[in-house]
Amino acid sequence: MANVTTPIKAESRDLNFFYSNGMQALKSVNMPLYENKITALIGPSGCGKSTFLRCFNRMHDLYPGNKYQGQIIMQPDNTNILEPGVDPIEVRMRISMVFQKPNPFPKSIYENVAYGLRVRGEKNKRIVDDKVEEALKGAAIWNETKDRLHDLAFNLSGGQQQRLCIARALATDPEIMLFDEPTSALDPIATANIEELMSELRNKLTILVVTHNMQQAARVSDYTAYMYLGELIEYGDTDMIFTRPTRKETEDYITGKFG
Amino acid sequence: MHVKNSARITKVNAKQNEISHHPMTELAKKSQASVLENLDSVRAMIKRHKRNDILFSIIGLIALMIGLLTLCTLFIDLVMDGYPRFNMDFLSNFPSRRAAKAGLLSAWVGSLLVMTVTFLTAVPMGVAAGLYLEEYAKKGWFSDLIEINVSNLAGVPSIVYGLLALGLFVYGLGLGQSILTAGLTLGLLILPIVIVSTRESIRAIPIAIREAAYAVGATKWQVVKDHVLKYSQGGILTGVIIGMARALGETAPVITIGALTFIAFLPPSPLTEAAPFINFDWLTSGFTVLPIQMFNWLSRPDHAFHINAAATGAIIIVVTLLMNGTAIYLRYQIRKNIKW
Repeated sequence: MANVTTPIKAESRDLNFFYSNGMQALKSVNMPLYENKITALIGPSGCGKSTFLRCFNRMHDLYPGNKYQGQIIMQPDNTNILEPGVDPIEVRMRISMVFQKPNPFPKSIYENVAYGLRVRGEKNKRIVDDKVEEALKGAAIWNETKDRLHDLAFNLSGGQQQRLCIARALATDPEIMLFDEPTSALDPIATANIEELMSELRNKLTILVVTHNMQQAARVSDYTAYMYLGELIEYGDTDMIFTRPTRKETEDYITGKFG
Repeated sequence: MHVKNSARITKVNAKQNEISHHPMTELAKKSQASVLENLDSVRAMIKRHKRNDILFSIIGLIALMIGLLTLCTLFIDLVMDGYPRFNMDFLSNFPSRRAAKAGLLSAWVGSLLVMTVTFLTAVPMGVAAGLYLEEYAKKGWFSDLIEINVSNLAGVPSIVYGLLALGLFVYGLGLGQSILTAGLTLGLLILPIVIVSTRESIRAIPIAIREAAYAVGATKWQVVKDHVLKYSQGGILTGVIIGMARALGETAPVITIGALTFIAFLPPSPLTEAAPFINFDWLTSGFTVLPIQMFNWLSRPDHAFHINAAATGAIIIVVTLLMNGTAIYLRYQIRKNIKW
């Protein structure tokens, strides 16, 4: 199934997740993320794919009462990032995230990208300048913004804002980048740009993407996981999942009979 | 019913057009008649419904006018009564036994100094409290209890604050009948306003923005300092200014703590010519404030003093309006760059 020569970057083991109202959103999910690969999560609304994604940067810790059970082991240090002793801030410094709707800060383009560096206490202007440029180039938005770095980020179009958010997530050299339906608020051209960008980013880091759009999963990802009602129904090579799924439920979902 | 009718009408209109090219059958004629009848009743209904729109806009306008015109009349009346006193002497003279020579100097200086103390106490305490409740405090019955109490405090009659201050600041802490006491009292009075406006403007910040900041690895304090405070300052400032405008006109609590009504001296200046250029003696000085001076003049039998009172009233209203205007302007300026 999975290519054995590719190293695993992170892996969830028997991951259960409970929201503060007691609802179990994830049921014993076991899934690897291969290094420098794109893994896509698909499934109907409410199946737990966003919940799963947000476990990776401990976003659930922001709201009281949420509970994790099980492990997410990150390599190469073999750290269980869900362990209470591991500071969620440390996890978020290693794993960055791009959200569903572009959410730039009401600050300049430059300050948006630089924020991750500021948080890390970087004061050297030359280093920050270089990193901002590198990140904007990496997010394929440098040409559009280099002459107006100190303009407000809100003046950019939706697609540009989302690429700016990717630059912001990229500026701190994360090991893994999480994308939570990154194109659902964008038009088809902006979507194509983001997808192309994701394929390029794969060379630098490991990507986990949640998507509602099955064609998107088929286009960009190397591995695909189908989730339903908090369970991982099927995981495998994207080509295989979309052409020869082993489970009936996956086939029904992919062929549009359901969902 | 509305929707159904209009859908039917469009369908029929289309049919009508089609029909006009062909000779009309008996059946078509009949259905056309019933459609026209139906159309008439729909139009009558829309007209009936629209009458309510007009009715409400008239009631609303009257309600607005009653409030606005009363205020305008009051203001114009004060200006007309007080206009002989609108000159620099009125602002630069101490109160006097002769109405024409009496001025507001000690009152406006007193108001300014008291407001300074109020600002310096209410803003840091109110913003810190609001921030703590919104960002740090665990949500539960205790925070609910505090929330209810803070809202209630905003509705406590101001004279109660005066009594509290008399017991606590004047006698308990021995601060005397001073500018410091008055400033702290009014600071307490507007504290709930500052807390509530702080919390509301913090709540207006979208969760997505906070999550974006946390997602790059920010600590809670970094999120508060770099985002929450930055984006809520417009709303906080508005609350502060509106609170200050209210404090400026407060009379009852200041009388309760024993502000003097006739003061022919100024408190020691906060700024000095010699180093360290600043002193705090003024804090313990006796004082009066604008509304108390106005109250004092109003309670005299001599009509000439009533002119002074009217002029003072007009000045208080103008300053209040200016403060509120500034609040609106600042909020607009700050919100201009923030869209969500």
